[in-house]
Amino acid sequence: MTCQDYKDSMMAYLDNELSDEQLRAFEAHLASCPKCTEELEEFRKLKQITDDVELVEPENRLWQQYWGGVYNRIERGIGWVVFSVAGILLLIYGGFTAIENVITDPGISALLKVGLLALLVGLAILFVSVVRERIFFWSKDRYKDVRR
Amino acid sequence: MTWGSYGSTREAFEAIVNRHMKDAYFIALGLVGNREDALELSQEAFYRAYKHFDQLNAPEKFFPWFYQILRNLCFSHLRKRKVRRAYAVGAEDSGSGSGEPGSAAMMAGQEAAMAAMPDTFDPEMVAQRNEAKDRLWQAIGQLDEKHREVIVLRHFRNLSYDEMARVLFCNRGTVTSRLYYARKRLKDILNRESGCPTAECSDREPRKGGQK
Repeated sequence: MTCQDYKDSMMAYLDNELSDEQLRAFEAHLASCPKCTEELEEFRKLKQITDDVELVEPENRLWQQYWGGVYNRIERGIGWVVFSVAGILLLIYGGFTAIENVITDPGISALLKVGLLALLVGLAILFVSVVRERIFFWSKDRYKDVRR
Repeated sequence: MTWGSYGSTREAFEAIVNRHMKDAYFIALGLVGNREDALELSQEAFYRAYKHFDQLNAPEKFFPWFYQILRNLCFSHLRKRKVRRAYAVGAEDSGSGSGEPGSAAMMAGQEAAMAAMPDTFDPEMVAQRNEAKDRLWQAIGQLDEKHREVIVLRHFRNLSYDEMARVLFCNRGTVTSRLYYARKRLKDILNRESGCPTAECSDREPRKGGQK
């Protein structure tokens, strides 16, 4: 094995992650390689400083209020979903009522009524097409479960 | 989801948050370097995990899965912050020169500024500060993503190599190799900034009693 092969062992040696057999092999290499011994010494000094660095522990209040912060986000998320669904339902209801009023109003010309109906049919076709495409791609997506 | 199952999911999730909140906060702190962002990003990561929590089939898989959400959020936050800062630097430079906003020279300037820009780490986040610790903390902010996360997981959360391999979705060999290059890079940054080898630098500051 070359020095390059021992680079990983050097880290595991510093972190006490070597098996007995690996430890013996690495120490035997160190005994015959001043370059690796020197490099190990430098890494050991670096590790001493790194081990000394402690991050400031926040006050207890932060941990006591931590779940509250997460819960607020969950609650707001649910709030937005309910608000959006209600908004869509109200828009649909308002739309249908407006269309009904237009169609049943004898004062509005037939051409405007036909134009409005055509517009609605076009929108419905577009909506169905987009939804069908989304469902098709989602069902064929091989990676849809990867994140879990 | 029924209200009953919502209640039990919420309670189960609250227990998980309480178990992992310190890991989440300190990992985020090690990745982004300041308290406010660490708190915000770790809580946001829990919220995102909650949205898909019912699809998680094994509780022991939670932390590696959650860690991926957290690290992606943190690094994406840092990239956005860098873009904003680089844009500000580029705008300043072009303001003093002849470059016009949106010009190729200005965009090249922003990219160069972004590449050279270290992440700013709040020095107040280090306990029992001294010069050596401060320099090391700032040097961690100059590491790239893959190297920074192995240093944070190993040194600030004391994860073993096997635990690191699980959360990073890689094998032990990759973990040791990343640690080697991360520490080598840290050593190079410290040597370059102080103009002296690591050995001398670490001896210059007496070690104050750590809590570990």
